[in-house]
Amino acid sequence: MITTYLFYFLSFLAIMFALMVVISKNPVHSVLYLVLTFFTIAGHYVLLNAQFLAVVHIIVYAGAIMVLFLFVIMLMNLNKETEPHKTPWLKFSAAIAAGLMLIVLVGSLKGAETIIATNPFNGNIGLIENLGQCLFKDFLLPFEVSSILLLVAMVGAVMLGKKSIK
Amino acid sequence: MTLGYFIYKIILVVVVFAITMVIAMYSTYAERKVAGFLQDRLGPNRAGWFGILQPVADAVKLFMKEETIPSVSNKTLFIVGPALSLLTACMTGVVIPWGTSLSFFGENYSLQIADVNIGILYIFGVVSIGLYGIMIGGWASNNKYSLLGAIRASSQMISYEVAMGLAIIALIMTTGTLSVGEIAAQQHGWHWNILIQPLGALIFIVCAFAETNRAPFDLPECEQELVGGYHTEYSSMKMGFYLFAEYINMFISATVISTFYFGGYNMPFIGRFVTDPNLLALCGVAFLFAKIFFGIFFFMWVRWTLPRFRYDQLMNLGWKVLIPLSILNIVLTGAWMMRHEILNVFIK
Repeated sequence: MITTYLFYFLSFLAIMFALMVVISKNPVHSVLYLVLTFFTIAGHYVLLNAQFLAVVHIIVYAGAIMVLFLFVIMLMNLNKETEPHKTPWLKFSAAIAAGLMLIVLVGSLKGAETIIATNPFNGNIGLIENLGQCLFKDFLLPFEVSSILLLVAMVGAVMLGKKSIK
Repeated sequence: MTLGYFIYKIILVVVVFAITMVIAMYSTYAERKVAGFLQDRLGPNRAGWFGILQPVADAVKLFMKEETIPSVSNKTLFIVGPALSLLTACMTGVVIPWGTSLSFFGENYSLQIADVNIGILYIFGVVSIGLYGIMIGGWASNNKYSLLGAIRASSQMISYEVAMGLAIIALIMTTGTLSVGEIAAQQHGWHWNILIQPLGALIFIVCAFAETNRAPFDLPECEQELVGGYHTEYSSMKMGFYLFAEYINMFISATVISTFYFGGYNMPFIGRFVTDPNLLALCGVAFLFAKIFFGIFFFMWVRWTLPRFRYDQLMNLGWKVLIPLSILNIVLTGAWMMRHEILNVFIK
């Protein structure tokens, strides 16, 4: 099956780019690798026949949010001199904390049962008609409440960014 | 999916790519000729008949120029920048319906490469990625002017994408579909979307100017303040790639505007004169290109007529005029669509 191969290929790329985000020294490179990671995830959405989600994912994350990230990082002009110096002690404790987190994750995944979907998988669930029906009929109130939440955040950002008039 | 179908699609892709390249090439010539006409001078007229070989001469010049990569630049990203710009500029043509369909030997061949059911959003997504080429190139040059140009370009494009998206929402409300092919097919005869959505079309066209970084919105590369903007450090064909990407974007913008608002391949009354379906489809392609060429001419006309905005004027226009107007447009469109229900409430 070609979709299985594509799935493994995209997953490999996603994990590789995600690792590169962490490994690369230059923050601008990290942001660009994160953009590539988003593209591979959009590829996964396409494999699930959810083109709408894939494109919105690209428009919102790769096209808007990451551009703002890139914007800020380019302006901050981070380089070797401005890099904060960390003591070995701090690095050691960070490694232990992350290792403990890994153990917890592995343990919980090992104990988890595989979930069997009660409803048969519907290949058309990600298409825009079905998504719209779902959002505007079954979950109308939560949808609108979350939009108000975003509006509140926007008003707050404008308030914080406004110059105080004296 | 048969092999013949596959080969047909590949041929179509190559043809669309070739046409895009040729049009972008001759847009550079047309731009100088239009500028010459508007400023009452001749424009290029030395290479070939009426200067028709000027783009070829320019291309040869760009290829022969010495290629410099600044030693302080980020070399990989310096090369990735222009490549990404050109790549994203060429990607939009895939979802444009260039005509209805041709039929040979009982088989229908659609003149649209891929009729995706989210075509509009695809165009929008590609436009939003197109920004990375400019940003990466501007940053990798390691030059303050380039960085300023790149930052101007990205903040301008993000601001105008909002108004553009809101204008498209009103269009989607009246057409009821996200497929570009269906939108073009709905506009047969006189049902052009500009007559249904005049305000939305105006907002979309203004935003298209800002998205392509064309005058009067060409602040990312204004020569007086920023030397050359994001491509200050570029030379040879890399610089050619950036310029080429701008002309391709202009061609694609003109195509998208004609398809969304000016009827695409439709022309009123043509069905009375031409009855053969194949000939009709070819006429549709010709009409679409006539509209596109007028659109490109309009882009140039505006560039050589209006002076450049100041940056704060640009941001004020985007955020304080176009976005409220496009929200008003959505509200008005919604009210018009629900007019019977609203009237019923008041009558009772």
